[in-house]
Amino acid sequence: MRAYWETAVRGYRRYATYRGATLAGAFTNTVFGVMRGYVLLALLEARPHVGGYDASDALTYVWLTQAMIMITYLWGWNELALRIVSGDVAVDLSRPIDFQGYWLAGDLGRALFHAIFRGIPPFLLGGLLFALHIPIDPRRWLAFIASLVLATVLSFSLRFIVNLSAFWLLDYRGILNVTTLTWTFLAGFVIPLNFLPEGPRAVLEALPFAGILQVPVDVFLGKRLGLDLLGALVFQAAWAAALLLAGRLLLAAAVRRLVVQGG
Amino acid sequence: MAERLAQLTTYRRLAGASIRARAQYRLTFALDFAAQFVAGLSDFLAILVIFHHLPQLGGWSLPEVAFLYGMAGISFALTDLWIGQLDTLGQMIRLGTFDVFLVRPLGSLFQVVASELQLKRLAKAGQAAAVLAYALANLHIAWSPARILMVAVAIGSGAAIFSGVWIAGSAISFWTTDVQEIVNSFTYGGSFLTSYPINIFGAWTRRLLAFVVPMAFVAYYPSLFILGKPDAVIGQPALAFASPLIAGLTLLAAAAVWRSGVRHYRSTGS
Repeated sequence: MRAYWETAVRGYRRYATYRGATLAGAFTNTVFGVMRGYVLLALLEARPHVGGYDASDALTYVWLTQAMIMITYLWGWNELALRIVSGDVAVDLSRPIDFQGYWLAGDLGRALFHAIFRGIPPFLLGGLLFALHIPIDPRRWLAFIASLVLATVLSFSLRFIVNLSAFWLLDYRGILNVTTLTWTFLAGFVIPLNFLPEGPRAVLEALPFAGILQVPVDVFLGKRLGLDLLGALVFQAAWAAALLLAGRLLLAAAVRRLVVQGG
Repeated sequence: MAERLAQLTTYRRLAGASIRARAQYRLTFALDFAAQFVAGLSDFLAILVIFHHLPQLGGWSLPEVAFLYGMAGISFALTDLWIGQLDTLGQMIRLGTFDVFLVRPLGSLFQVVASELQLKRLAKAGQAAAVLAYALANLHIAWSPARILMVAVAIGSGAAIFSGVWIAGSAISFWTTDVQEIVNSFTYGGSFLTSYPINIFGAWTRRLLAFVVPMAFVAYYPSLFILGKPDAVIGQPALAFASPLIAGLTLLAAAAVWRSGVRHYRSTGS
């Protein structure tokens, strides 16, 4: 267990090195938050309720998703793929620690860093600029944190699978780009899923991607309470478990064809 | 003149080489192309979903917003196709590969820009053009020679404004390579901003991103003029005619920033 903890700490520290980049990223997250906020505000000023959201809910959705881009590493995580392409993955595979667990631990450490430095600052700025819906009930915050951790694990399980494609493909970047941009929409980043017409909405809310952004946001907003809240967390956990398992099976298939050159 | 011609030949050769290099990875190219298309499509889907709840956004109908989106999208995609490589300038400086450009007998900006031509970016242009075609089919524009001309002028000026912002922003890398992502606020952020009627944004956002960074002249004013829409909030449709002038000034300013950046540049050493 200690090895996983140390790996998580390293994951945190690795990102803490890039201060300028962190500041620049937080700035960009803020600029986009302002623009996305005004677009939805224009919609909700004309129609005060859309898909169960009022203006304040919609603005909170915008700033929360902006804050979660880096926590769930929505775009372009390729650390594992780079290790596979360079062959360094052989070193990772021979560590006396579970391979997927090792990467997950590092990713959770990274996520904590991004939550503190890429998540909270833009969200606070958003709160100064717009009227956001911020819960005061500590139980709601606990539920949200649980949902956020599950969202990170869920997103990791998908990123793990996409990165493993580097075992088979000469160039993994194409598949990384196309999956990234597809799940940006499916997770509810571009537009809240509850704004969609009934049919597409029901489909997208059943897919795992909803668990990355839409579910945690709805937990934060108090749209999921009581048994429904439990259902939301179970939804995230069940998809995360299924996809982690799928990742393990894929890894086993990859390792069977892996040849380590040594001398 | 001869020098310009030599540049053109060089560009063609470099671009050809990079296209051939990309063509070696067919699956990646196809997927990248698809990714660019999906990215554009999901932006437009968001607009469609908004109009699913509303007949008008900020006084603009769906075909009108589609027109704006198509015009801005084509300008942005052409810019990205032409100079998107500038995003890698920070990396070139960190790795020291930029130094090579300084000892060759061609402009450094030209060489960075010509270092790669990524045809996958045509996907975004195609997607924006399709949206524009949809808009044209559903709008009843009172075409006049001035309006037809304005379509071409607006796309050209828009691309020039995006280019200027991109060049000036990327040149920050000459001072610090750490903050590359700030540039995204103005390039990709500009692309987002120009896809919507600028009047829906708050006063300060408008002032900063529409006039200090002159994104309002990319598609917004030209579209007001072409569509014959009045605008009392932030100026008149006649401002469309200022677009080429603003575009020229943006490029001049960008060239000055770039030159000053190159003068300041001291390589990475070791």
